[in-house]
Amino acid sequence: MAETALLPARWPALPAQFPARPYRVAASESRHAVALVAPAVGLMLVLLFGPTAAALVISCTDWEFGAAAVRFVGLANFRALAADPVFWKALGNTLTYVVVVVPACVAGGLVLALLIESRQRFRAFYRTAHFLPVMSTLVAMAVVWQTLLHPTIGLLNQVLHVIGLDGRNWLREEGTALFALALIGIWQNLGYATVLFMAGLKSIPRDLYHAADIDGADSALDRLRTVTLPLLGPVTMFVLVMMAVRAFQLFETVHVLTKGGPNKASEVLLHLIYVESFEFLRTGRGAALTVIYLAIVVGITMLQTRLVERRVHYA
Amino acid sequence: MSAHRQPWFNAVGLARHCVLIGTSAIMVLPFVWMVSLSLKPPHEIFSSAWRLWPSTFYAVENYRAALSAVPLVRYLANGVFVCTAIFVLQILINLPCAYALAKLRFRARDTLFAAVLVGLLIPPQVLAIPLFVLFYAVGIVDTYAALILPWTISVFGIFLMRQFFRTIPDELIHAARLDGLSEFAIVWRVMLPVARPALVAFGIFSVVAHWNDLFWPLIVVQSEQIATPPLGALHFANDEAGSNYGPLMAGTVLITLPLILVFLAAQRRFVDGITMTGMK
Repeated sequence: MAETALLPARWPALPAQFPARPYRVAASESRHAVALVAPAVGLMLVLLFGPTAAALVISCTDWEFGAAAVRFVGLANFRALAADPVFWKALGNTLTYVVVVVPACVAGGLVLALLIESRQRFRAFYRTAHFLPVMSTLVAMAVVWQTLLHPTIGLLNQVLHVIGLDGRNWLREEGTALFALALIGIWQNLGYATVLFMAGLKSIPRDLYHAADIDGADSALDRLRTVTLPLLGPVTMFVLVMMAVRAFQLFETVHVLTKGGPNKASEVLLHLIYVESFEFLRTGRGAALTVIYLAIVVGITMLQTRLVERRVHYA
Repeated sequence: MSAHRQPWFNAVGLARHCVLIGTSAIMVLPFVWMVSLSLKPPHEIFSSAWRLWPSTFYAVENYRAALSAVPLVRYLANGVFVCTAIFVLQILINLPCAYALAKLRFRARDTLFAAVLVGLLIPPQVLAIPLFVLFYAVGIVDTYAALILPWTISVFGIFLMRQFFRTIPDELIHAARLDGLSEFAIVWRVMLPVARPALVAFGIFSVVAHWNDLFWPLIVVQSEQIATPPLGALHFANDEAGSNYGPLMAGTVLITLPLILVFLAAQRRFVDGITMTGMK
């Protein structure tokens, strides 16, 4: 890594007996350590683990924010959600969105990364162009997309009109709203997947290509099949999980463009959490949704850890 | 490269450019469209023939309307203040912890590191309800403190810095101790300068995340005085709902521009920073 090159070489190597320090030093080291970690530990408890535990507890109450009395209701909130078609609609929509956006970003990102990295020319320009949406303020760009997808002045419908097709009111029709959001999601995340794959490609040792050349894998396709793709396995797994977690966090475009409509056609998990918790102030129910959301995100991440470990073992 | 491969190679190179120019155009299109609309008078926006450049240049009117409709400059200043405060506090609180985890021996170190790893699994939206209730009880809802405090602890920052400090040789710290530096001084005078590459990467990650965040500000902010850029964009979109697209796009340009300019000025660092923090 480049960072190690920055370290001064002039620090003298210490005598071998030095690290075996007396007990007194270790005790003071421990005291110093406690002082150094104390602020972080305190805030971690108050702002991270405490609230997470509190969310679990609140999810088992009938609390509505502002109400005087709170009762412990066990799993009643979860049972109510299980019987609520809106919850299932939101969960289904979230999964549909994930299933559209994630494979598109992973496959598209891989292809784009291979194309961009295959030659020197304009590499930096292409990387920048594809990365621009990742950086941009999504709320503001959602407003721009609203005008691009606008039924009359929108560019999409104007283009469709020129080639003789009928446009639609993409964000206002039940059949298309979720897919319009997925289109924006792909636009925003594709560049992220691309640069992650580009980093993965750079980390493949050049020697392996020479070795493959000697073994007779001299066409570009052979090299891709025998060296590049197998070695990108762990990165692919990582990008997949990263994209999935980001897709489950879909909120901005829904809130700005559709509010979950029309007729819940684009309602998704995080937006439902926001509406239930902070618009209807059904705190207990919102917390129950939060717990479900937490379980899904943790599940995906754990799955990655599990699969990557297995890979490392037989690699 | 042998000569007989040359034509085939050129064909691939050409195909590469065709595909990548096409995808780049799609990626950049919304930005071009945004700027284009922000320069046009209403009748050209609604005209059926789309043109990139307006025939009547209407930028002054649109941008003036945008700036007088909502306090855009205020939103941007709020964004700068909140993101700076978050990043500075993140360094002050998490860097010492990361150093201790990487380089010092103390009881419960492994437990603390395990807690950091568990913390990495928790998506920030999970904290929204309890933190809102807590802040409401303390009476800091709708203040800068509410926007900043939840992010002062960053288990991700701790993790990233700790991994980085692990690559730094112990000799550096031993020498600093021999020079009579306290552990506290080592953190700020030895480790902070050494950690610059990791800090830049984390800083970019942090600023991009918090500059663009909508979920939490939407929950804790009501007054316009402390609204961040995404909230500002939302207010503006709601206020100008309907057909006033010229000023709306002008406002959108002004809100997206700062971060995009910074990105274009330091794009290599941005991509590396986001990739490095992404790869963990």
